[in-house]
Amino acid sequence: MMQIKSLADLQALKESAHEKMDTRIKGKRDDLAQVRVAMATCGIAAGAKGVFDHLLKAADEKGLEIILTQSDCMGHCNMEPTVEVTLPGKEPVMFGNVDNAKADEILDKYIAKGEFVEGVIAR
Amino acid sequence: MEMINLTIDGKAVQAEKGQTILKVARQNGIDIPTLCYYELNGQKLENKPGGCRVCVVEVEGRKNLAPACATEVMEGMVVNTHSLRVVNARRTVVELILSDHPADCLSCSKSGSCELQKLAQKLGIREIHFKGEQSTYRKDDSPSIIRDVDKCIMCRRCETVCNQLQTVGALSAINRGFEAVVATAFEQDLVKSPCTMCGQCVMACPVGALSEVNQTRQVIQAISNPQKTVIVQTAPAVRVALGEEFGYPAGTIVTGKMAAALRRIGFDYVFDTDFAADLTIMEEGTELLDRISRHIKGDKDVKLPILTSCCPGWVNFFETNYPDMLDVPSTAKSPQQMFGAVAKNYWAEKLGIKREDMVVVSVMPCVAKKYECQRDEFKTDGNPDVDYSLTTRELAELIKQFNIDFTSLPEEDFDMPLGASTGAAVIFGATGGVIEAAARTAYEIFTGKTLDKVDFTELRGLEGVREATIDFDGTPIHLGIAHGLGNARKLLDSIRRGEANYHAIEVMACPGGCIGGAGQPYHHGDFSIVEKRHEAIYREDANKPLRKSHENPYIKQLYDEYFGKPCGEKSHHLLHTHYFDKSKQVEVEA
Amino acid sequence: MAKYKMHILVCGGTGCSASRSHEITKNLQAALKDKGLEEQVQVILTGCFGFCEKGPIVKVMPDNTFYTEVKPEDALEIVEEHVIKGRKVKRLLYTDPETKEHVADSKHMNFYKKQLRIALRNCGFIDPENIEEYIANDGYAAVAKCLTEMTPQQVIEEIKLSGLRGRGGGGFPTGVKWEIASKNHADQKYVVCNADEGDPGAFMDRSILEGDPHSVIEAMTINGYAIGATKGLVYIRAEYPLAIDRLQTAIKQAREYGVLGKNLFGTDFDFDIELRFGAGAFVCGEETALIHSMEGKRGEPTFKPPFPAQSGYLQKPTNVNNVETYANIPIIILKGANWFNKIGTEKSKGTKVFALAGQINNVGLIEVPMGITLREVIYEIGGGIKNGKKFKAVQTGGPSGGCLTEKHLDTPIDYDNLIAAGSMMGSGGMVVMDETSCMVSIAKFYLEFTCEESCGKCSPCRIGNKRMLELLDKITKGQGTMEDLETLKNLAGVIKDTALCGLGQTSPNPVLSTINNFWDEYVEHVKEKKCRAGACKSLMQYVIDPDVCVGCTSCARNCPVNAIQGEKKSPHHINQEICIKCGTCIEKCKFNAISIK
Repeated sequence: MMQIKSLADLQALKESAHEKMDTRIKGKRDDLAQVRVAMATCGIAAGAKGVFDHLLKAADEKGLEIILTQSDCMGHCNMEPTVEVTLPGKEPVMFGNVDNAKADEILDKYIAKGEFVEGVIAR
Repeated sequence: MEMINLTIDGKAVQAEKGQTILKVARQNGIDIPTLCYYELNGQKLENKPGGCRVCVVEVEGRKNLAPACATEVMEGMVVNTHSLRVVNARRTVVELILSDHPADCLSCSKSGSCELQKLAQKLGIREIHFKGEQSTYRKDDSPSIIRDVDKCIMCRRCETVCNQLQTVGALSAINRGFEAVVATAFEQDLVKSPCTMCGQCVMACPVGALSEVNQTRQVIQAISNPQKTVIVQTAPAVRVALGEEFGYPAGTIVTGKMAAALRRIGFDYVFDTDFAADLTIMEEGTELLDRISRHIKGDKDVKLPILTSCCPGWVNFFETNYPDMLDVPSTAKSPQQMFGAVAKNYWAEKLGIKREDMVVVSVMPCVAKKYECQRDEFKTDGNPDVDYSLTTRELAELIKQFNIDFTSLPEEDFDMPLGASTGAAVIFGATGGVIEAAARTAYEIFTGKTLDKVDFTELRGLEGVREATIDFDGTPIHLGIAHGLGNARKLLDSIRRGEANYHAIEVMACPGGCIGGAGQPYHHGDFSIVEKRHEAIYREDANKPLRKSHENPYIKQLYDEYFGKPCGEKSHHLLHTHYFDKSKQVEVEA
Repeated sequence: MAKYKMHILVCGGTGCSASRSHEITKNLQAALKDKGLEEQVQVILTGCFGFCEKGPIVKVMPDNTFYTEVKPEDALEIVEEHVIKGRKVKRLLYTDPETKEHVADSKHMNFYKKQLRIALRNCGFIDPENIEEYIANDGYAAVAKCLTEMTPQQVIEEIKLSGLRGRGGGGFPTGVKWEIASKNHADQKYVVCNADEGDPGAFMDRSILEGDPHSVIEAMTINGYAIGATKGLVYIRAEYPLAIDRLQTAIKQAREYGVLGKNLFGTDFDFDIELRFGAGAFVCGEETALIHSMEGKRGEPTFKPPFPAQSGYLQKPTNVNNVETYANIPIIILKGANWFNKIGTEKSKGTKVFALAGQINNVGLIEVPMGITLREVIYEIGGGIKNGKKFKAVQTGGPSGGCLTEKHLDTPIDYDNLIAAGSMMGSGGMVVMDETSCMVSIAKFYLEFTCEESCGKCSPCRIGNKRMLELLDKITKGQGTMEDLETLKNLAGVIKDTALCGLGQTSPNPVLSTINNFWDEYVEHVKEKKCRAGACKSLMQYVIDPDVCVGCTSCARNCPVNAIQGEKKSPHHINQEICIKCGTCIEKCKFNAISIK
């Protein structure tokens, strides 16, 4: 525990504390992309857990703020892992057969720039 | 001093900034009725809780009515003290108070002096429109004071007097809402509280919630009993106040008429407590000189200052609050009790009657004296030296009951020998008087010289705490004086801390001394009445042919015939007392 | 340290704690440990979420899943289904009373949609026992800004400009209050937080102290800096043990972290806070009474002036503000007065927290912008009247307030409108009543409270309120006269006009507002001896219809006071003198022969 002696001390403490609460604080916001990874038995079998962890790490590294959650089976067991992305104010878009590379692409293009990315599952 | 302009009842007035509407109105002859408000002017005591709401007035621009007693005047203020809105509100408030007040005015001790009764009359209240529950509490009888809490109107005057003026702390508001009332801690009996029985609360109480124990009935019965020899003694302060009850202006001396009235009531001997006051000076003065001489000789064990012990409220106060200092006060009994001891021993012997057949009645300006005469150490085989102690007010009642036309009575003398006294005894009635009387005698005994100027004016006055140094022919004697127990506490605390270097201190529990005692005619906070009694005391002193206690020929005779010498063995037995630690007597039961 | 993927927030407010929310936390943690997930999912006990109607609440972040009426036994299912499989536990989701559909997350709940949470910003979100979570959410940044960048006068100006008014009920402009205290010079000044919340049903101050104690500590420090006080006191009722506990923890942490104590943020400003416990007297919410109570004296008000800003605690200049007022301060400093003063109405800025109670679907704690209408609060946030009953009145302002009716539903809520409508803001109690409420009884209920809580110092309040209560009692018993109604009106007016303090002056409000809005109900009680709401027992009569009664004697045998007479197989009769209106006979009658008149 540190003693706060200045504004800079407070700022430093805030940053480290914020880090710990990051997931929660983001949840409050409406201006972030929501990313849901289907994590039912089918998804996990296809490697969804790895994709989830990768998304979590990669988004952080890229400095992208997203709300990452897991979800129930989205009904496309043949295309697992599936990832659903909802950009603020837009309709959700679902991607199939997502691996780490695809996940990076979704982050870099669709989420960061709003550009089209292959692999969208039509509804 | 900043002056501001305002309008009260259409009248443009100027007032000092910071004053209340009530004061400004009164200065301008506009009467705003009050009830809880109580000011003991000259004593820096003001009770203005703003609780009764009787003094509410309308202030233009204000959304609700303002209590005149607590609202300060402001520049340009427009006040209406008797508008329709005010009159309706005031009547309603007084009706509300009456709706929770027993309607037993016929036999109430304050009937005729009751401020609520006067208010109801003034506001023309003939019917109380609110009916409902009335508060009931246990009645608390003590030897001096009766608390009839059903009658309490929560004005808090007693609380202010008990805590601020007297620093006794026996009374305070308890409970909440409709049950709120002023009482002792844990609703204990007064005798188990720190109460000193000084009775200043009785003086302040506007209604009958606090009153003195009335013993006129017992006195009438004693006089009616042919077996009993009934003796009366009257305290010095009574003679300068009793007249007020019969329409005389404050400060009228009615000693002669009082003696005449007592004789007509039927007392067998009309004696004077002043005689015992002279006796007190002989004993207390001797004790003082003894302590001073020993002190001068370097005796380290001697306790100085010596404290007077005439005042029973004061005695109760130090027994409860300063039990570590019980060896400091003089051991001399109070004049009332010295008189009782002399009457039931010396005089009974002279008359050849048994003490049981003698009834000693005292008339005192005091309610604590009722308690004092019931103390066990002042009884022999259960028979008290003083049987009944009446207040000045009770005596006035008796005189009226016997249909004695007081104003047309001739002036008569006291009976002898126990009615003889000097001017020194008279001034016992005012603050500073006991110590001045002691100084007159002590000077002559100490120096062996005759005192030419008997008036020690430096000891007189009405300041709460005073001090003076008297020159005893080269030996400076430091004297301190306090009246009002709050002032006494200041002095006692400085003694306890070892800061005071007085030789002697006089303390009286009541403001002004006995002239402001709680047994005197009600002054309703008008301290100028006490000031007039004060002047009268010194007038009476000046009129006396003898001014020094040791010159009283009957005192000399008493020592020759009976006691031998002051502070001798016999006087030690009959005229001196001892004190008790009462701090533990204050019971706290949760 | 790896970042938590999920946060499970469990309400640790007094209400949910009473429903075993601590056990839920324990069970969640155990289940997570069991599944090896304790590194990935964090369980936090927070302050109140406000949706007390459906507590205990468990909220999952970041997806805002809002579980209601959770039991400790549900913990395992939440972990297995939601945490592991990503499936929301449907049966625990909130069901919209209108659409009857499950609502997936709190962002889609009507209860929260219209709310604007400023004072409650951290309640139900952070761990109140962890100062770092407060700091992570801009905590102590406001006091840092004040101390290092602003002069005391600038702080006062900012608060003045924000338009913030006292949330304890009086609505006095906070900045002006601070300014007065700042101008009175003394060797020692005090800052006092009034946490003597006493309105029946109101619990916003408690919730803030339980859910976000640091916001109050930070605000008091800012207050101290602004007026030149180095000592802060929180006067809190001893019957708020959880709030006391959280506050004590917070003060301890603040001292450890150096945000309370000497030389704060490297400046020469010192500030520290102590607690003072109250015995729970309503009148001690009045600032002069509060100060007397803190001094160890009898808790009763004294006439103002002198105001506490001139002569307060120990006769020193003292600034007293309420908990909710303080909770607004740090965010005003951080976001600026001009952000705050755009919220609300012209004369009432910002938001107000209300405790919704009574015959309303969503009972709980809400925070709404000033200017919102009663209709929006009752029907949208509150979800309308329970059991499809008809709205009759809403009581605001607690025992000092009044009853508002249908005609006030579209009035924008702010300090001045409520007063104009015959009620007041008070500390934010809002009790909704339906057609089964008797307005005379409601007035009586509030008056009973005032009589209980009066300090007894002034005669209008001590005796007058008692007499009003007696008159109301008489009326509800059917013994009132029209003259009594006149006496009541006059008495209410005089008490309002003459009582010493705010408690007494406002105590007739429930009576006056019901007289004004429901006069015909009073007259009915008096003239027709009738209570249309069926709430006044004395005015009810149980009667047996002789045409329907078959004389089975069931009622007579079960009547506890033997009020029913009649021969077997012939119609029975109820003796009204004896009947205590317990209703047993109706229950026992198999032939529907008994009715209430």
